[in-house]
Amino acid sequence: MAAILAVLEQRNGEIKRVSHEVLAAARGLADGMGAEVHALLIGAPGMSADGLGGAGADKVLLAADDSLGLYQAHRYAYIAAQAGTDKAAVVLAGTAMGKDLGPRIAARMGAPYFNDVKTMEGSGEITITRPMYSGKAIATVKITASPCVLSVPPNAFAPVDAGKAGATEDVAVPAPVEPARATTVEIKEPEHAVLDVAEASIVVAGGRGVKEEGDFNVVEELAAALNGAVGASRAVVDNGWRSHSEQVGQTGKTVSPNLYIALGISGAIQHLAGMRTSKVIVAVNKDPDAPIFKVADYGIVGDVMEVAPRLTEEIKKISEG
Amino acid sequence: MKIAVCVKRVPDTEARIKVGGDGKSIEESGVKFVLNPFDEYAVEEAIKLKETAGGGEIVVVSLGTDANQETMRTALAMGADKGVLLKADVAAPDTLAVAKALAAELKEGGYDLILFGKLAVDDGCHAVGAMVAELMELPCVSSISKLEIADGKGKAEREIEGGVEVVVFSLPAAATTEKGLNEPRYPALKGIMMAKKKPLEKKDITLEASGVELTALAYPPERKEGRIVGEGPDAVPALIDALKNEAKVL
Repeated sequence: MAAILAVLEQRNGEIKRVSHEVLAAARGLADGMGAEVHALLIGAPGMSADGLGGAGADKVLLAADDSLGLYQAHRYAYIAAQAGTDKAAVVLAGTAMGKDLGPRIAARMGAPYFNDVKTMEGSGEITITRPMYSGKAIATVKITASPCVLSVPPNAFAPVDAGKAGATEDVAVPAPVEPARATTVEIKEPEHAVLDVAEASIVVAGGRGVKEEGDFNVVEELAAALNGAVGASRAVVDNGWRSHSEQVGQTGKTVSPNLYIALGISGAIQHLAGMRTSKVIVAVNKDPDAPIFKVADYGIVGDVMEVAPRLTEEIKKISEG
Repeated sequence: MKIAVCVKRVPDTEARIKVGGDGKSIEESGVKFVLNPFDEYAVEEAIKLKETAGGGEIVVVSLGTDANQETMRTALAMGADKGVLLKADVAAPDTLAVAKALAAELKEGGYDLILFGKLAVDDGCHAVGAMVAELMELPCVSSISKLEIADGKGKAEREIEGGVEVVVFSLPAAATTEKGLNEPRYPALKGIMMAKKKPLEKKDITLEASGVELTALAYPPERKEGRIVGEGPDAVPALIDALKNEAKVL
């Protein structure tokens, strides 16, 4: 039976939430062509496949080895391409790992590759839609080659409750080639865990309307009250106030959270490109004519330094119940 | 050290995109085209490595039409030494076809390091660098924010969700560059004048299409018109109410 390979992702042995979205995307494609979903999980021994059947996997392939705990690009690509060759398609997530791994798998398989895939359907020929020009346009692409490799951005496919078997099967792991071409030696983690802006379901982003670097705490405090991630406009990143990892926009990250709160961001075209697919957008800006209000569902005209603390206060009241 | 930097000509990020009459491509007239912003970091890093080493050669490689020459001259004006333009028409975003063509050119060059921008801001594909590296069987680190090269070995850092991955590798190698790696220089007038005289070789090539066809390019759906709930901090309760009871996101 034809099958779709869903490449999952773990960190410290824990399967990432986005992997359930990958399974949902793969499930949708597989159901359309009467195929199965085979999930591939690569990592150190001891990974648990619990819940993956429910999330849509007919079968779970486990490639476990002590040397595979951290993402090792070349070896992961080799294992995934091996598992993908007899499949109709390979689906993975557009995370830091997936963005690197997807093209490698595709090159190894000689298969076409697309990232940021928002919809995928068809059998034999697969038709996808994806943004181009950072979302200023949407392309429809017909893929006549099989297999193909497709990467889905976080928050685009809602996890499903599929009730499949999810029986596990071990995959042979080839011995590492010595000397290794490239080796991931460590992950440096900040002292306090930071939620990534591209993965968060709530994002609070600050722009030039936050007047001083030290005032950015009003953005951080609102994000913390909402359990969301902090985002930043290009202007404040270029000022050196915030790390580039927080930048939202065409030269930063594209985000699609359930709630995006833009504080003091005017809405330059390159910024809108990075957040316009957010489900609900709130804008706070002093200038009633700021372009951000054109895409916002709800707006408050006012000074960020006055509005944001009040918003934080009210949110805290709700969560304290 | 011999370094190749692959660059792409793309519309400026501030450009308004208009879908052309064919419904498959953009209207190019009136659009300013620039060196892909992420490729600027790759060019800058190559120049810095050459400066540190006190010698070496930087070759700019680009795939496209004659119009790419202007883009390549920007990289030459920054400090690259020469250019190779692979002339081909690229219609759909066929990253595998482009990667194969680049790999075929690059494998003849004897490069110690091949740099790419992590993605091109036009198709946003984020694919070609890693593909070329796989096709050439080279070590590759994507989206690097820090790079150290010494004694034929490299160490790179790349941002991942909630952390930084540290990767060590041996040369020859490839890497794709992320914002934050460096501050690209502006070409000085002297550099711009010199760039005009730097060699730029053109080669006609044929792409090996990989079975993808862009069938339509359309504008994204308009967002439903929103509303201003009020002015100043006093509008906050009305906003909270809307988020809670109308949008149901709180």
